[in-house]
Amino acid sequence: MINKRKRIFLIQVCLIVCSLLVAAPVIFAVITSTQTPAEVDSYPPKVTPGSAGLARYAEVWRIGIGRMMLNSLYISAVVTVGKIGVSILAALALVYFNFRFKNLVFFFIFITIMFPVPVRVVPLFDLVQKLKMGDSYYALTIPFLASATATFLLRQHFMSIPASMVDAARVEGVGPLKFLFLVLIPMSINTLGALAMVTFIYIWNQYLWPMIVISSNERQVVQLGLKMLRPGEAGRQDWALAMAGVVIAMVIPLVIFLLLQEQFMRGFALSEEK
Amino acid sequence: MRSAYSNKVVPWLLLSPSILICILFLYYPMVQIAKLSLYKVAFFGMRMKYVGLENFIQLFSSPVYLGSILTSLVFSGAVVVLGISISMGLALLANQKVYGARLSRVGLIWPYALSPAIAGIVWLYLFNPAVGVINYTTGLLFGIKPQWYSHRSSALTMVITAATWKILGYNVIFLLAGLQNIPGQFLEAAQIDGASTFQRFWKITLPLLSPTMFFLLIMNLIQSFFTNFGLVNVMTEGGPREATNILIYQMYTSGFRYFKSGFASAQSLILFAIVVGLTLMQFKLTSRRVHYQGG
Repeated sequence: MINKRKRIFLIQVCLIVCSLLVAAPVIFAVITSTQTPAEVDSYPPKVTPGSAGLARYAEVWRIGIGRMMLNSLYISAVVTVGKIGVSILAALALVYFNFRFKNLVFFFIFITIMFPVPVRVVPLFDLVQKLKMGDSYYALTIPFLASATATFLLRQHFMSIPASMVDAARVEGVGPLKFLFLVLIPMSINTLGALAMVTFIYIWNQYLWPMIVISSNERQVVQLGLKMLRPGEAGRQDWALAMAGVVIAMVIPLVIFLLLQEQFMRGFALSEEK
Repeated sequence: MRSAYSNKVVPWLLLSPSILICILFLYYPMVQIAKLSLYKVAFFGMRMKYVGLENFIQLFSSPVYLGSILTSLVFSGAVVVLGISISMGLALLANQKVYGARLSRVGLIWPYALSPAIAGIVWLYLFNPAVGVINYTTGLLFGIKPQWYSHRSSALTMVITAATWKILGYNVIFLLAGLQNIPGQFLEAAQIDGASTFQRFWKITLPLLSPTMFFLLIMNLIQSFFTNFGLVNVMTEGGPREATNILIYQMYTSGFRYFKSGFASAQSLILFAIVVGLTLMQFKLTSRRVHYQGG
């Protein structure tokens, strides 16, 4: 009995130590973000909170990172809602209608899972310029609205909903859109929550595409702001500013993750069922 | 076939946004890549000359590109091996039935939400030769303070460390799901038969987890090849002396620094072949699992 208790205690200690190790880089970042330039440069490195309080955040916000964070929030929200909307309509058609070439259309959408952005950037950049969408929010949102993954997962989820539901709906004269809003969406909360989280974080974390297509700082996303704050870029030599930028760039996706991680786990577990 | 609404027009209306975006922003660029890879493009696309396979011949005879392939292999190989083994340890620990394990799961997976660029800049700070805690620690313990930024192998180490840390959360999520799907009675039976903890892991847990691990192997390869542009850009910009010049970074350099669209498209096509290969392998060998990813 004693032995078992010892073992449990040991596991708990290991869990705490591992969690701290995983978090350590971010803990250091947060601590540094409260330090003055002199404290950052001190030796040995100062690993306790500094005396700058939130002053460095205000500084970072003023040089444009605040605006960039709002840009990221805007495009991530638009793509999350838009992509799920577009994909849910596609999945509705693919599961609840019979029409010619249905499997072909599904395949057509699904195969784009193999066309990641980095592979397409060269011609995508030219295309967006031709469409006069360069350096705009359109360039950061519209190309991302269709999704192989979201369509696939929603289709799979809809197929797991008993067919008697749609039969009942049809008998009652409920049309497809009403069926979608009254029955399908409420029955898909976990899948939708998981998709929303993954999409939001994916768009928020984009780097290559905004770097190429956005040229003005007022429309740039916060990830590229980090590059601006990197010591050595543009004469800045202040790690506290860079770390304040890191905290600003990570708070929103982290909150979304913590809010939706239960849905993510459950939505994921469901998709695991064979 | 399940019973369904029978309208000929509505399904096409519902599908039209997806189809239009796929054609315009996904298929059209892919066709362009195939085409451009056979051309030399100059003056921002004003002049184009058909050169057949010359771009590819040039690529595979270029020491820089061959070096980039090698760098990518070392980088991805290290990230995958380290990422999966460390995550396995973390997942086994978090799967123990002790008070607080559930909470610690969140403590282990949250870096999933952070971007590669964030991982890059934070680790760049930790590795900073003058003010970083890593050099302070190595100085204290071993009396050495490597110039991490300026040596080829140490810069690569830095980038691998940041990318591995970034991928842990993702791997732990999937390994935990895999561990929870292992029927408890197998392990209990083995325990009754006197199998040690190590034997149980090696003979039961690991074989039953192998589909998950194979899936992670493929996904981690795809991720390490394609999502670490920001990480490298923030940390090293591919340097020093191309030490961290992974394939995607080389493609960016050709396409957007030297504006060689044809040359960059040939590289895109090679990257595409890698995605296709890995994705097909995943579908073939791990049933029909598609998982949550951004694309």
